[in-house]
Amino acid sequence: MMRAALALLLRDVKLAFREGGAIGVALGFYLVVVAITPLGLGPDLNLLSRIAPGMLWVALLLAALLSADRIFHNDYEDGALDVLITGPLPLPLVAAIKSLAHWLTTGVLLALIAPLLGLLLNLPLQAIPLLVLSMLAGTPAVSFVAAIGASLTLGLRRSGLLLALLVLPLYVPVLIFGVATASAAITGPASPWPPFMLLCALSLASIVLAPLAAAAALRNALR
Amino acid sequence: MPHRIGLAAYDLSCQRGGRTVFDGLSFAVGPGEALLLSGPNGAGKTSLLRQIAGLLPLAAGRLSLDGASPDAELPELCHYVGHLNAVKTSFSVRENLAFWAEFLGPNDGSLDRALAAFGLAALAELPAGLLSAGQKRKLALSRLFTASRPIWLLDEPQVSLDAASLKLLDKALKDHLQGRGIALVASHTPLKTKFAHRLALGGKEPVA
Repeated sequence: MMRAALALLLRDVKLAFREGGAIGVALGFYLVVVAITPLGLGPDLNLLSRIAPGMLWVALLLAALLSADRIFHNDYEDGALDVLITGPLPLPLVAAIKSLAHWLTTGVLLALIAPLLGLLLNLPLQAIPLLVLSMLAGTPAVSFVAAIGASLTLGLRRSGLLLALLVLPLYVPVLIFGVATASAAITGPASPWPPFMLLCALSLASIVLAPLAAAAALRNALR
Repeated sequence: MPHRIGLAAYDLSCQRGGRTVFDGLSFAVGPGEALLLSGPNGAGKTSLLRQIAGLLPLAAGRLSLDGASPDAELPELCHYVGHLNAVKTSFSVRENLAFWAEFLGPNDGSLDRALAAFGLAALAELPAGLLSAGQKRKLALSRLFTASRPIWLLDEPQVSLDAASLKLLDKALKDHLQGRGIALVASHTPLKTKFAHRLALGGKEPVA
């Protein structure tokens, strides 16, 4: 069973890098959204550094959603999902592994380039460690919850837009605690750790619960 | 090692979208036997295979395994080759099969044997996206050899195969049955395989 789980994880990571720029699109979108923000807001450096963590987090959520329908869509289209179900892994575990692969190829990469994009928003240097930490801790929740949306919208046309509508409201807690953690170093005396702990709790809860919901939706989609 | 599993169905029924596709369906297939499913389009051939593979719920009735260990799950004993080929176009032929061999397990199938079964060894390093429809079908059928499972569920396996490949398919089925495996094949066109059982689905007007 471990062997099957590892094989599935490696395959999904490999496919993400091979299959036509899903990762490139997410990273590019992230870059563009962050890059046009200062053009819209004007060159007020204080304002920019105050809103930098929030902007980076919002752009990250949008960029991650852009590739979220990839989690199940291709396997559904080409019939691989049918065969995955006859494998040795229970369906919730299949959903969890595919969400994990999405996190590794999207969430982690977006979190790691965030400091670079922070330069465009005059993000203070001392805020960088907490920003990256908050993103690494919060993006598992982003990928695992996105998997619920991806499985619910399987087989629909233009499913990406519906997926965003379904899932973005669920990201509100992640966004609030993520930004609270990251901006503690900028705005002030409040400690970053209480929101960080809540962020970790959100991710852990999504890792456990979201695959169950996604598996139920997948069963429904295959009928 | 020869298989020794039998499959029996009692009073199966299938519902799709509120419509009864079939009901009261019973059959038994012993080790080394094959069942040919026939019937007009929409008679429920694919639905029955998907029910056995665990992809569709049973509306009524039950499926039972003879000779399997009590904790065996039916879907894990089945190879399901449906209409869709489950081929990843950005992977090479070998990578496609290697993944299924690792994933489906138990890891006693041989990758070289799977590549050879339908004559894909020469194409092993080619990206699967470049394969023709018939070659993709052969790649899907080669999956049968990546892991040894007693029950083969084949839905129109001959689609887009040429005459030589049909012979390979017949040989694959014959070998599988000789190894005391079970095959359930839905098909319109005749195969040379000797089917111990035939099940004609449909024939009556669908119930509205």
